[in-house]
Amino acid sequence: MKHTIAVIVENKPGVLTRISGLFSRRGFNIDSLSVGATDNPAYSRMTISVEGDDVVLEQVVKQLSKLINVIRVSRLDPDESVERELAIIKVSANKDTRSEIMQIVSVFRARIIDVSPRSLIIEVTGDEKKVDALQQMLRQFGIKEMARTGKVSMVRGSKVVQTGP
Amino acid sequence: MMVRMTGAEAIIECLRREGVDVIFGLPGGVLLPLYDAIYSSDLRHILVRHEQAAAHAADGYARATGRVGVCLATSGPGATNLVTGIATAYMDSVPIVAMTGQVNTNLIGKDAFQEADITGITMPITKHNYLIKNSKDIPRVFREAFYIARTGRPGPVLIDLPRDITVDELEFDYPEVNLPGYNPSTKVHQLQIRRAAEALMAAERPVIYAGGGVRYANAHEELFQLATRLNAPVTTTLMGMGCFPTEHPLSLGMLGMHGTKYANLAVQEADVLLAVGARFDDRVTGKIASFAPKARIIHIDVDPAEIGKNVRVDIPVVGDAKNALAELLKHVQQKPWTEWNEKILMWKREYPLRYVRDENVIKPQFVIEKICELCPDAIIVTEVGQNQMWAAQFFKHKDPRNFITSGGLGTMGYGFPAAIGAKIGRPECEVIDIAGDGSFQMNIQELATAVVNDIPVKIAILNNGVLGMVRQWQTLFFGRRYSHTTLGDVPDFVKVAEAYGALGLRATKPSEVEDVLKEGLASDRPTVMDFVVHRDEKVSPMVPAGASLSEILELDS
Repeated sequence: MKHTIAVIVENKPGVLTRISGLFSRRGFNIDSLSVGATDNPAYSRMTISVEGDDVVLEQVVKQLSKLINVIRVSRLDPDESVERELAIIKVSANKDTRSEIMQIVSVFRARIIDVSPRSLIIEVTGDEKKVDALQQMLRQFGIKEMARTGKVSMVRGSKVVQTGP
Repeated sequence: MMVRMTGAEAIIECLRREGVDVIFGLPGGVLLPLYDAIYSSDLRHILVRHEQAAAHAADGYARATGRVGVCLATSGPGATNLVTGIATAYMDSVPIVAMTGQVNTNLIGKDAFQEADITGITMPITKHNYLIKNSKDIPRVFREAFYIARTGRPGPVLIDLPRDITVDELEFDYPEVNLPGYNPSTKVHQLQIRRAAEALMAAERPVIYAGGGVRYANAHEELFQLATRLNAPVTTTLMGMGCFPTEHPLSLGMLGMHGTKYANLAVQEADVLLAVGARFDDRVTGKIASFAPKARIIHIDVDPAEIGKNVRVDIPVVGDAKNALAELLKHVQQKPWTEWNEKILMWKREYPLRYVRDENVIKPQFVIEKICELCPDAIIVTEVGQNQMWAAQFFKHKDPRNFITSGGLGTMGYGFPAAIGAKIGRPECEVIDIAGDGSFQMNIQELATAVVNDIPVKIAILNNGVLGMVRQWQTLFFGRRYSHTTLGDVPDFVKVAEAYGALGLRATKPSEVEDVLKEGLASDRPTVMDFVVHRDEKVSPMVPAGASLSEILELDS
């Protein structure tokens, strides 16, 4: 089962290593991990997607909480959260296929951000399933390259994961 | 008023403020400025012969005194030589601060001479670690490091010190600790305490299983009160030996792989198991699925991550063992002596720890019994293997800080340097390292440290000429195929002791054991006592690895 956790960490050297090292040492599987700034420059926010049952998840949360540089660990319930991922995909395209690709892109509310005689770059934002689906549709044309960010996630409504201590 | 000083001087000042009275170390190129500052300070420094011993000595000092032990090693190989000692301390939750030299900050990452990424290497075996890149951070980092090492679940903290930051000057200011991501829990949840108390009061067959957390929290008195009030039998882990007196009628001794048969039977029959400051290690539980199958489990631990890690827990209590037990005591009343207690007494009579005495060959268990008889208040330090198990089984433990052993990591070579650290921390006590000939040879060079610094530790070698524990497994499970476990009759430990300027004594017959011990214990010098014992004596009883605690083998030699 997949779980998503938000981790607020001190913005210090080596913190990412401590977290990834913890996952490998304890045998936890990371599906995706994304890190970025928060509105407080002293802290960063990580969104980690973990595979495992509830016992595994509980250990992940507890072990992460033990790290001195980790300020807060929150489990994000997928039913009560919004999740987004961004991907940019370079697809083979020629004059015969370009318009069909553009139709698909429009159905997915994605965007074309680069055009050349033999390729297109498509930008898509959405939850994991949507990005997967677009990727699936584009495969027939030939995906030359793809970069995905890993997901970021946030609880709906006014509840917040506090950034500071 | 702030005072201007060099980084090296600031480090000495930090150690002084943290109450450090001794450090164990060995110098090297990048540490020259720091060693120069040590030269003009009144800090006691013990020069070891190998950095691994510095880490173990700091660890032994910490376990014997309850204070933070400190060791120091140079960059590169000096730092990597500490690794085994740091990992040992980490597995057994021992508060040490390890300082390492590092190449100049502008050379880090350039594969400079004697450069090693020691913060990277020690990340999984420290509670936390630091690389100081600016001398002005020295006071804050040192204060945090000592605070982290000794609070919550204790553990080792490493501080990496590039050479230039020890030379650069700073304005010394010792700031308060401010660690927003570190809030060790000590207060206990009242509702959970009440649930635990109810379960214990209702229990018909309670067992208390106490570990090293009881010792670190100084909770042995509360444990004693709780056990006697509930009339609940107490078994301890290897790390918990001494937290409950082995001679007490409620004592079950040690449980697990080489635990007493009655401790293991009691755990398997218990209807409520109270685990305090213990972590359900595989050597304790045996096959996890069949561990304490009839019991509701209450688990008290200061580290929330230990709760539910290995076994399902019915009543979790996060908190320091002393606070938690004190709170529990408020909610439990005196319970009577029951059939359960009688059953346990019967098991104790029926399955005592035993060995076959011999007139002609020294039995290692006999040596331990004699040590206990002659020196019941000694601090016993052990190496790892059969010597360690016999010391746990046959010494009558009664003081929580008087049994020092590498439990989690099982580090051969730990005992002797740890004994040196323990003796420095508590010089008024007799400190005896119960050793095997294999383990002792792993840090035998520290005889020089003991002799030169006049640290009169006593080493009792149970010399069987083999790697006995591994040989025991080969005998039992590998058809007596003794692959590379025979060490032979070398060296002559008496001559080795004499070569270092220590006292060397030997006993080859049971009748000589007492005289050798008396002479060794009376000596005011570091002393090696070589007891030549039978090579096929086994540690018994034994639960084979991966078997259920109910499957107990009683082994004869």
